[in-house]
Amino acid sequence: MTALSVAGVTKAFGHVPVLREVSLVVPAGTRTAIVGSSGSGKSTLLRLIAGFERADAGEIRLGDRALTAPGSFVPAHRRGIGYVAQDGALFPHLTVEQNIRFGLPRRARHTSRVRRVMELVSLDPELSGRYPHQLSGGQQQRVAVARALAPGPRVILLDEPFSALDTGLREQTRQAVVDALEQSAVTTVLVTHDQDEALTFGHQIGVLDGGRIVQSGPPAAVFDDPVTVDVATFLGAAVLLPAAPAEGYADCALGRIPIRHDHSGAGRRAQALLRPDQIQVTPNSGPPNAVVDKVQPRGSYAEITIRTVADDTTRVTLRVPIHQAADYRASLPVSVRVAGGCVLYPLG
Amino acid sequence: MTVVSGSRRAGPDPGPPAADPRSPDRAVPHPGAAARGASRPSVALVVLACVLGACMLVPIGYIVSVVFDIGWPTLSRLIFRPRVGDLLRNTVLLVVIGVPATVVLGVGGAWLVERTSLPGRRGWAIVLVAPLAIPAFVSSYGWGSTVPSVEGLGGALLVTTLAYYPLVYLPAMAAIRGLDPALEESARSLGLGSWAVFARVVLPQLRLAVLGGGLIVALHLLAEYGAFAFIRFDTFTTAIVVQYQSTFAGPAAGALGVVLATLCLTLLVAEASARGRLRYARIGSGAPRPPVPVRLGRATPLAVGAVAVTGAAAVGVPLTSVVRWLAAGASWTEPELPAALAQTAVLAGGGAILAVLVAFPTAWLTVRHPSRLSRAVEGMSYVASSLPAIIIALALVTVTLRTVPSLYQTAFTVMLAYVIIFLPRALVSLRSGIAQAPESLEEIARSLGHSPMAARARVTLPRLVPAMTAGAALVALGAANELTATLLLAPNGTRTLATQFWSAASAVDYPAAAPYAMLLILLSVPAVALMFVHSRKVPAR
Repeated sequence: MTALSVAGVTKAFGHVPVLREVSLVVPAGTRTAIVGSSGSGKSTLLRLIAGFERADAGEIRLGDRALTAPGSFVPAHRRGIGYVAQDGALFPHLTVEQNIRFGLPRRARHTSRVRRVMELVSLDPELSGRYPHQLSGGQQQRVAVARALAPGPRVILLDEPFSALDTGLREQTRQAVVDALEQSAVTTVLVTHDQDEALTFGHQIGVLDGGRIVQSGPPAAVFDDPVTVDVATFLGAAVLLPAAPAEGYADCALGRIPIRHDHSGAGRRAQALLRPDQIQVTPNSGPPNAVVDKVQPRGSYAEITIRTVADDTTRVTLRVPIHQAADYRASLPVSVRVAGGCVLYPLG
Repeated sequence: MTVVSGSRRAGPDPGPPAADPRSPDRAVPHPGAAARGASRPSVALVVLACVLGACMLVPIGYIVSVVFDIGWPTLSRLIFRPRVGDLLRNTVLLVVIGVPATVVLGVGGAWLVERTSLPGRRGWAIVLVAPLAIPAFVSSYGWGSTVPSVEGLGGALLVTTLAYYPLVYLPAMAAIRGLDPALEESARSLGLGSWAVFARVVLPQLRLAVLGGGLIVALHLLAEYGAFAFIRFDTFTTAIVVQYQSTFAGPAAGALGVVLATLCLTLLVAEASARGRLRYARIGSGAPRPPVPVRLGRATPLAVGAVAVTGAAAVGVPLTSVVRWLAAGASWTEPELPAALAQTAVLAGGGAILAVLVAFPTAWLTVRHPSRLSRAVEGMSYVASSLPAIIIALALVTVTLRTVPSLYQTAFTVMLAYVIIFLPRALVSLRSGIAQAPESLEEIARSLGHSPMAARARVTLPRLVPAMTAGAALVALGAANELTATLLLAPNGTRTLATQFWSAASAVDYPAAAPYAMLLILLSVPAVALMFVHSRKVPAR
């Protein structure tokens, strides 16, 4: 097991900067997810680590070994880093078994090794003689992961490997891959644009925005305390309310809420971040402090927009299960309660 | 007061930004595209591709050198004379009438088999492409030996229209199969009848296919020798061969070559200008539904009659004629037949291998390192091959005699001519093969411990074998039918199927020519089948 470290890596294509002084440490044997929107540079970061591209500046190290550093560059085939592409990139002229054996040294190309790796990613051994076009999308991705794992790499890089799969298959394949990575205890970096995937994938998450890692840490900590409004809204549904901080509390349209984290810079005006599941709305229970504005069914849930009694101009949109939607209608007085605290950011 | 609510969910990578159609070379570079598309080729590869591309320009250089060597006074005297005027009139009439005729037959046939309720349209689709398997000079022999009155401009138009209309039919068929039927349905919903839909919706979208196919037909008409010589119709190409036979590569042949090359290059420029920046692609997502065939109704017998007559005239007459002469005493046991077959195999096979080797650096550069330079190098090959074989042959005669006399009239020079003439066939096959072996697969192989060369050998090369084989096959089959350059360049005593056929047919020994004609047709069948299958790879909408 080897730790991967990226320090001050910068990359531009022509005059277009893609990565700006990216730094990241992936502890040995752990899984890190890098999440970012389209064009944030996440795939480029992975290609630099893999050795497919050269960084303009900065260092990439695997344990004590410098892979990319000023004056030195280890080519991709000597890095010992496995890579799984978005579409699997299976060799179409080779069978499943031949694909998996591809990276093994000649003496290690025995069937038992292939079978072990196939078991690891929950692939039916009967598929070993099939060609890639005879496999489903999920099976193809598992073969791609098995192929990358077979030579025993020190690091595995996953470039949005589940994005082309449909929802059900994606979850199933992801779980199989995570289990395989867990068992092989290989240091892993995943890049994805899917926040849920990033938050559930591993031990660490890094948020890439505009070519910079703007925040990294354990998923729960990053989700609980996003350092900026952009990170907060990118990582999940958010309710932002104008608020006035005072003695550990924020006064807003939903009342007085304890401050969990304060990034507002001690200003007099701020905005409070709440997650929708912190806000509980109930009809006919307790004194009403809001009125339902409108109810919009959205499939398995309904969106309820309320305006608070304290501030008639404030609108908050919440979700309730669809079977409860019938309890709400426009102009219905409701009671709104906030559980837990909020995170404060500068206003504007 | 405003409240922000909800999540911002990033979508999948939309890919590189679309190029601005007004300035295609100024598209905003996309990081991913840059990563994959702008990698630098090795200097050796660039130099090799440029040198090979420059070699392809030998025929153009020959034309330029003729102009300088002869000098304008002599050149103008040789060009501006009644004989050249006659040739020009013949050639222009041939192109002006012949190309539209092939377009009518090609597009009409493609529309009938792809978009109408024509009974047995799958079978007719094959019948209509079959004339490609019959070399034009064999078709001319078939018609000329059966109906002696087929001669002059009318005969030339009849033979070449029937021989060359599949060159429009195939791309038109592929284009029609790729059309989104929703466009035709929209037009119908706007009140247009079947014919109006064809004229106003289908036909404009076939413009690229028609222009491309029409250009190829025109270039074939300019380059054809055997078909016209057989029915005694003079064109620049037949006149150059006559001049060559009487005065070798003298100034008169050179002057005619200059005019012919100028006509070819004019056609190339005209087609490129007419095509402009047109691109037709289906817009929108989702799978298009298969089209509902247009019901021919009372026009069905007429449509069946039209395709049947076309098929009978284009395939039936030449084939029946060959069979008739075979039955009239042709001998399959002549000792020259296996020798001709063997020499054809050696020359065509050698040319094919050489063509694949020459095409490889250019194809690699074009697909893996696209740039203006790679496009220019590729363009050199296309321009050179669009020149008539007679000019390429004259150029090689002149260049070998002036620079390397030991190469004059050798098998290598014949193969070199085949390379120049048929290089695009190898180039197109290799390009598609290399494009189907994406660089990402090599990257994966490298991440699995293979050096760049080993990754190419184990991942890319196996993917290229079918494309290399197909390219070589197409070149070999074209070369096996090549007559003009082979007649001029082959060493004394060389007997190929085409030259043996020509020798017998021009001596009016039709039975003796028949076995060679049949072998030439049989040899062409695989190439035509390959082209037909390829053109139908576009999924039917």
